Amino acid sequence: MNATQQPLYAAQEPVFPRRVSGRFRTLKWCIMGITLGIYYLTPWLRWDRGPNLPDQAVLIDLAGRRFYFFWIEIWPHEFYFVAGLLIMAGLGLFLFTSALGRVWCGYTCPQTVWTDLFILVERWIEGDRNARLRLYKSPINAQKLRLRLSKWLVWLVIAMATGGAWVFYFADAPSLLADLLSFSGHPVAYATIGILTATTFLFGGFMREQVCIYMCPWPRIQGAMMDPDTLTVGYRSWRGEPRAKGKRRREMSAEAERIAAEQAALGRGRAAYRSTPYPGMEDVEAIDMPPALNTGPGDCIDCMACVNVCPMGIDIRKGQQMECITCALCIDACDEVMEKIGKPRGLIDYLALSDEARERAGETPRPIWQHVFRTRTMIYTAMWSAIGLAMVYALFIRAEIDLTVAPIRNPTFVTLADGSIRNTYDIRLRNKHGDDRPFRLSVRGHPAFRIELEGTFFQTVEVDANETRLQRVYVIAPPGAAPAASDTTPLRFWVEDLTNGERAFKDSTFNGREE
Amino acid sequence: MSEDDIRLDDETGQYTTGHSYDGIEELNTPLPRWWLWTFYATIVWGVAYTIAYPAWPLVSGATAGLLGYSSRAEVAEDIETHELQNAALVEELVGAEISALEPGTDLHRYAVARGASVFRAQCSQCHGSGAAGAVGYPNLLDNAWLWGGTVEEIAYTVRHGIRNETDPDARWSEMPAFGEILTSDEIALLVSHLQTLPSGGAGAEAETLFLDNCSYCHGEQAEGLPELGAPNLADAIWLYGGDEAALTETITNARFGVMPAWGQRLDEADVRAVSVYVHALGGGE
Repeated sequence: MNATQQPLYAAQEPVFPRRVSGRFRTLKWCIMGITLGIYYLTPWLRWDRGPNLPDQAVLIDLAGRRFYFFWIEIWPHEFYFVAGLLIMAGLGLFLFTSALGRVWCGYTCPQTVWTDLFILVERWIEGDRNARLRLYKSPINAQKLRLRLSKWLVWLVIAMATGGAWVFYFADAPSLLADLLSFSGHPVAYATIGILTATTFLFGGFMREQVCIYMCPWPRIQGAMMDPDTLTVGYRSWRGEPRAKGKRRREMSAEAERIAAEQAALGRGRAAYRSTPYPGMEDVEAIDMPPALNTGPGDCIDCMACVNVCPMGIDIRKGQQMECITCALCIDACDEVMEKIGKPRGLIDYLALSDEARERAGETPRPIWQHVFRTRTMIYTAMWSAIGLAMVYALFIRAEIDLTVAPIRNPTFVTLADGSIRNTYDIRLRNKHGDDRPFRLSVRGHPAFRIELEGTFFQTVEVDANETRLQRVYVIAPPGAAPAASDTTPLRFWVEDLTNGERAFKDSTFNGREE
Repeated sequence: MSEDDIRLDDETGQYTTGHSYDGIEELNTPLPRWWLWTFYATIVWGVAYTIAYPAWPLVSGATAGLLGYSSRAEVAEDIETHELQNAALVEELVGAEISALEPGTDLHRYAVARGASVFRAQCSQCHGSGAAGAVGYPNLLDNAWLWGGTVEEIAYTVRHGIRNETDPDARWSEMPAFGEILTSDEIALLVSHLQTLPSGGAGAEAETLFLDNCSYCHGEQAEGLPELGAPNLADAIWLYGGDEAALTETITNARFGVMPAWGQRLDEADVRAVSVYVHALGGGE
């Protein structure tokens, strides 16, 4: 191409990943089954919480402002649990990325999982790589149209199921399904399903690797999280190069044998296998190796298996690339070939770049556990666990009843006709139980304090099940009592659930008229 | 910086864009074409949006937009929706005996909420947003009421106001300026009598002075008379201040607090709602 005609924009290069089998492919099928199973089935799990509460195990009730997760119920004021989970997710990503590179991308990212599923459908309907390539190049005819339409139809069904499953997390799944099927569901539900159906269909069917390369921020962030000790998918170039196949490979082998014989005649040993010089990653053919060191062709027979199975359409032999999601399918593909040609597996393998250098120099690589258990990963694990334990602790010390106290500051106190000083507090009483409870309010701090509840002559109020009740409360100090005449006096509100004696308190202050 | 500078970079195998800044060149890494189309689509969307919705400024106002959307109309619609939803409650409130409203019922809650917004808009200028009042403007949180603190009495005060010229039914009373009647020594004696109430330790002469001049309106025990708006002088609350100077001023020149007749400005539901709200502030009788 003429240099001046180099375009600024490139058309998408279609990728046709070939079917592959092996350890990592099996692992990926398992993870796909588990993650999709969790996603589609979770909303249908039931969990009995009593007559007044929803019986869906996992439910994000936006209208009622509750998040139900099996036996846990999160109220809006406990949103720190969600913040904590997000921080844990972030630290978890740091941990896994520093130890194992982009495992999130390669195995569990929804984009990867759904793309994998869509490619599976594509293969069932249109055939494997070569058939799909032929179909791609063939002009439109009835056969092509039939295959394309049936593929898109299955994709669309999966996409709709995906968008459909999402809304079930936000409402009672069985009744919402009935509503949706009878076209009486909420418009927001249909709109959400529509948007998620469209994105799933588009991202899984057509955008695929484009999402990872151009739309997702993780490749950049994760690239910064990796270090030379991180295990990642790599190509042992010292073993594979110079790559060659066919006639050229036979010629190179013959030449190596000839040189070896020549060296043997001179009384020298055979050149060591590992010492294959390979300064750069590319342009292997251009390197003139000293004849004495020529051990013949490397293990790579340039069969392109690793390239053909790659869902990202890259060549792992070019080294670490931002496009690589470390799905490890190239490892499976290469291992299969290495076994066929009688070479050891692991030409493409999970390896650390620091080990790659060691192996090249003929040293022993460090064992895998030393890559995983490092100071850095230990620190991440400690931070992750600390937040996790703190949240579990916070979860267990949560009371079923709770109160918050907002003192009224406008004005800070009121003088009554008899000279008493009255303070007003807005108290929110929370009843997390599934039934209505009588709550008794009392105040401690000074013996002279008297408590009055707005709207009732009693100190006990009924709080509805799973509700917060706003109760205005007056605390009165008689004239002459210390709190009435001092600037501030600390006090404590107690609330007691009269059905089981459970108690909770909150501290506040009483403002008097300082003489 | 021209097309002539485009060259193949040996290190990367990529072409440069021809941009060179102090010898630093930019590689041409082509952006996907769909990205470009997405960009164009956002431009089209942006322009279409300004046509569909109010956007382009004109000399006065702006283009209305093809969809005819206006945020003001949306608010008006919201208000109308809420008024429709509350129509039954409003009707009930206007027809109800307001003293019979039970705290905790929907109607009471509605009256308090509606009253609170009326109070903030109409009453807070004098009585304060927290209803704590100021010198000369009664505190509505306490349990001392010049004209009575039952919800009906509060509603009457709100509806007709106090000492205004516009409503013939306004609450009305007028304290004489005792500076024209008593000597300053007598006034000083009265002041010390008032400051020692309810026990009254200023002596028999002061007590006689009070009974002769003040008790007709304020009562023999200085307990006040709500029918005349005469305040209780034995309690801890002084509308215009309880120190010597303030009391001397009050007795000498009298006071004349005025409140508008809100029945002429607010509708019946608002009057009732704000009365229920004030009554529920903590001092209602």
